[in-house]
Amino acid sequence: MAAREFWKRHENLYFALTNKKVLIGISIFTLMILLAIFGPALTPYSYDEFAGEGYLPPSKDHLFGTTLMGKDVFTRTVYGLRSTFAVGFIAGTIATLIGCIIGFLAGYYGKWIDEALMMITNIFLVFPLLALLIILAAYLPYRGIMTISIIVGMTAWPWTARAVRSQTLSIKNQGYVNLSRISGISVFRILREDIAANMFSYVFMVYILQFSGTILAAVGLEFLGLGPTQGVSLGLVMQNAVNWNAIQLGLWWWAILPGLVLTILVVSLYFINTGLDEVFNPRLREM
Amino acid sequence: MANQKQDSIMSIQNLTKVFKSGLFKPEVTVAVKDVSFEMRPGTILSLVGESGSGKTTIGKLILKLLQPTGGKILYKGKDITAIKDKEGLKEYYRRVQAIFQDPFSSFNPLYRVDRVFDMVFKSFLNEDNKEEKIYKALESVNLNPERILNKFPHQLSGGQLQRLLIARALLLDVDILVADELISMLDASTRIGVLNLLVELCKKNGMSVLFITHDLNLGYYVSDYTLIMYKGRLVERGSTRKVYENPIHPYTKMLFNSVPDIGKMWDRSKEFLPEQVVHDVRKFYKENQGRGFEEVEEEHGVLFSDTY
Ligand SMILES: Nc1ncnc2c1ncn2[C@@H]1O[C@H](COP(=O)(O)OP(=O)(O)OP(=O)(O)O)[C@@H](O)[C@H]1O
Ligand SMILES: [Mg+2]
Repeated sequence: MAAREFWKRHENLYFALTNKKVLIGISIFTLMILLAIFGPALTPYSYDEFAGEGYLPPSKDHLFGTTLMGKDVFTRTVYGLRSTFAVGFIAGTIATLIGCIIGFLAGYYGKWIDEALMMITNIFLVFPLLALLIILAAYLPYRGIMTISIIVGMTAWPWTARAVRSQTLSIKNQGYVNLSRISGISVFRILREDIAANMFSYVFMVYILQFSGTILAAVGLEFLGLGPTQGVSLGLVMQNAVNWNAIQLGLWWWAILPGLVLTILVVSLYFINTGLDEVFNPRLREM
Repeated sequence: MANQKQDSIMSIQNLTKVFKSGLFKPEVTVAVKDVSFEMRPGTILSLVGESGSGKTTIGKLILKLLQPTGGKILYKGKDITAIKDKEGLKEYYRRVQAIFQDPFSSFNPLYRVDRVFDMVFKSFLNEDNKEEKIYKALESVNLNPERILNKFPHQLSGGQLQRLLIARALLLDVDILVADELISMLDASTRIGVLNLLVELCKKNGMSVLFITHDLNLGYYVSDYTLIMYKGRLVERGSTRKVYENPIHPYTKMLFNSVPDIGKMWDRSKEFLPEQVVHDVRKFYKENQGRGFEEVEEEHGVLFSDTY
């Protein structure tokens, strides 16, 4: 009885945990996290060390093979995965936070606040960010993962702001908000119980999208040579591979395997997101 | 009756609401324009008009859920736009309440339906015998409390949710009740019960009801006064008997003509064509150019032209 009561209260959790897409997504995502955490302990090499002969295809000693100069690709990939998670987490959080705050203020207060904030958002949306990033990168000769994350996070928020704004607008105009108002409920309680609570699932999905979006944006930067100057990341591994013409030289493992890991990570987030969409949207759930 | 006429509890004066959106490409909707009427204790005022004519907007303006663009709303002689502080608002909502049009969106999906009662008890009522009072209110709208309380909104039907909102409003002994499409989702037998309850409360407690509806027969059945809205304008206003017996504005005439009579064949010639109405109204306004809203007899006014 108690268990039934629990699932009744946490219906969404129940649907989430019985949704195939969510389950698949979460499993893969968890595997990736475990790989990032324990991977470096599993390999005897360090990521910048010349671990053996160059040009070695995948084998027992070198799971993902070695690079032209003999660095271990698996080691570089798992360390890179760590940085990638860090970027997703930091940049995704920054972008989601800024986007939510701006979108919420614009949607809730409307009028000139809305006009002003949306103007800023639209400017950011159409501004040639790449140019900005190139200039920024040029002025920051030493760039760590943190710097990259902040740059990516600060530029990834506009679409979130727009999405959150329209979500806030639609919730604000719901009858239950009006009913709370005429029931003499404090503005703070309305914000918390009627608006924020109903936006939670939406913001959660936005966060997942930002997580994968910022990861890809960071990889893009790294690919252009604007990545971190210290450490290693998935984008950097792949950029090196491309710079050294790995594919043409027959070192497919150098470029393809890190790329595969990245793809699997992003796909797992996509699965979680579409699954959750069905969970939070009862109309999709019924099918 | 003559005495009641003087002490209006709420006075709507030249009320106007314009919705604007977009800074660079402004889109303007005139939802309500220059509407005036009085609400008196112990009377039901029905507000009739087609979809989009501004009925709900008037209700929301009265409830301070929207700010008027022009005009005034006086409650007991005081302008309600002056009410801004928390205590003042609470005081106002203690006396001015509503039942909203859409029962589905009136409940926060994350909470049990009991929340609507909890809120009014916390803000306005003495919590003694809370449960007993809720039970009584639910039973008066034909709901079985055991089967309704503790449920989530999506587990109840539209009619049940609507009756919950009615029960909520009944708990508060209010001066003014805005009832927006109050019984749209109820079946015939519950309808009569709820309507009779409303009339009884109104007469007994001296409540003033703004009864918003599409349904002319319903309006006739419950209301003392009738307001007819057309495209944001109040086109005819008066005691229900006078307006129904002697409609003057072409839109009002069309409304009465297009009500099908039970037992008679549907007369196609009476079918109502929107373009025809627009044309008739335009012609009427042109013929009466220079005239505005005029009283044609005691307690019966008509808008003769919208360009005065
Ligand atoms: N928040 C809003 N922003 C912009 N336009 C609005 C808003 N609310 C209402 N309107 C417009 O104002 C007009 C009047 O709307 P209102 O809801 O008052 O109509 P109504 O008479 O209640 O209609 P119905 O019978 O369908 O409920 C409509 O044209 C509507 O589109
Ligand atoms: Mg309406």
